[in-house]
Amino acid sequence: MAPEDRVEVTLVPSADVATRVAPGTPPGTASTGVNVLAQPNAAGPPTPAGARPAHKIRAPVPVSTSVGLMTATLHDPTSPVYLDAASAMPLHPVARETLLAALEDGWADPARLYAAGRRARLLLDGAREAVASELGARADEVSFTSSGTVAAHQAVLGALAGRRRAGRLLVHSAVEHSCVLQAGQSHVAAGGEQASIGVDALGSVDVDALRALLDTRPDTALVSVQSANHEVGTCQPLDAVHHACAGVPLHVDAAQSLAWEAPAPGWSLLTGSARKWGGPAGVGVLAVRTGTRWRSPMPSDEAEGGRMPGALNLPLVLAAATSLQAARAESAALAPRLRALVERIRTEVPRLVPDVEVLGHPSLRLPHLVTFSALYVEGEAAVRALDAAGFAVTSGSSCTSSTLTPSHVLEAMGALTHGNLRVSLHRGSTEADVDRLLAVLPGVLTRLRADAGAAGL
Amino acid sequence: MSVLPPPDLVVDAVGRPCPMPVIELARALPGVAVGAVVGVRADDPAARVDIPAWCRMRRQDYLGTGAPDGPGTLYLVRRVS
Repeated sequence: MAPEDRVEVTLVPSADVATRVAPGTPPGTASTGVNVLAQPNAAGPPTPAGARPAHKIRAPVPVSTSVGLMTATLHDPTSPVYLDAASAMPLHPVARETLLAALEDGWADPARLYAAGRRARLLLDGAREAVASELGARADEVSFTSSGTVAAHQAVLGALAGRRRAGRLLVHSAVEHSCVLQAGQSHVAAGGEQASIGVDALGSVDVDALRALLDTRPDTALVSVQSANHEVGTCQPLDAVHHACAGVPLHVDAAQSLAWEAPAPGWSLLTGSARKWGGPAGVGVLAVRTGTRWRSPMPSDEAEGGRMPGALNLPLVLAAATSLQAARAESAALAPRLRALVERIRTEVPRLVPDVEVLGHPSLRLPHLVTFSALYVEGEAAVRALDAAGFAVTSGSSCTSSTLTPSHVLEAMGALTHGNLRVSLHRGSTEADVDRLLAVLPGVLTRLRADAGAAGL
Repeated sequence: MSVLPPPDLVVDAVGRPCPMPVIELARALPGVAVGAVVGVRADDPAARVDIPAWCRMRRQDYLGTGAPDGPGTLYLVRRVS
């Protein structure tokens, strides 16, 4: 790490709010200073609209948003540049601080009557209210699960079980995350039916086709459409989807978008994953709108409103809640900054490298994610070459084995499935990171094309 | 199937993973006359997406799949430029 990139970390214990600012921190990201633990009467900027204060989730150390720390780390020209936030967003410093505090003082069984149990219950209730507020839900509609995948399985299979008398057809878009498709396969194996709705070349779901299918299939039990696609970043037209559903319950997998905003309110079931918003892995969230029929697809107990059996990992849940609040407080400044960096990649990569197709909707898209496919390149080889060059990115290609099928998302879009790379940014990503990527990428792709004997094709 | 023209040249990419079927197609196409049809025989699952995608990106005419005279799927492409 170069000396000028070092950060002096100082805690400013003013009313539980401290902001650590690194030199060279991008404008608009350092000023948040949000009091994510929402102490009453704390100084600092107001919490996001609609956010209700969490009940006494209190860390023993002042909470900060520590904006500069990761930025400075990633400024180091010798350190790897992590560009896979869509798989796992780097842990938000607020999540780390909450987690450490809760390991000391937030781990008892919330179902118990003694003081530590009551305190754990208060902390859990506060986390539930905080998350519900960010989802646009009521606290009693929200359950925590052990992952985003489990949340989606519970949402889909529980809604199908609850609607069994109405019908057994699950309708989903062709570009849903594999967790929804796998829930569908499980439903089919149990005698149910599933139907897939296609997307256009930009990855937007065909709402007319959805409407037409629902017109002919009044036995549709559930529609599942993501808020935004995890591979190409296209935001789905959820208002139109909801309108087309015309009373059929809609599950929205909002895993990729919850860091940025609450989805449009037409959902009946909503799921997400803390790992995608800067919280720890191992926490998912399931919201079931009041009045939605839902029956647990697995044995249930009294935990989480009967929607997720077994003991929660309370420290992880608390960290998930505070990091979601922190992410939303930063979103207004961070999203435009990352959107500009993504736009630069979308413009520059096809200019610098021939025969590259940039994928996904040009404007209706996630702020932090960009995907492109390069002709004649093996995607996994590109991932390994970029890793060697100091960049962590991922690929939807499956060229290494002929038994693997290509990404169902790219296939549904009719997009080139080989040579695919997904770059996803986060609060620590800088313009310098993107500069370095754009400097390295043309050479990497040219070399891989030459290795494959495809130079000049 | 029967309405598709027989290929003037067949490239065998069976057993070769992506992106090789597309690379073989790109190599073969300049060797046939404009208007001629190249067939690519491939069993890689990505070929069913990538050969049409290549045709779109390179403005060639993807005709569909024909009856392969061996293992794999026969993808037919007409050279238009």
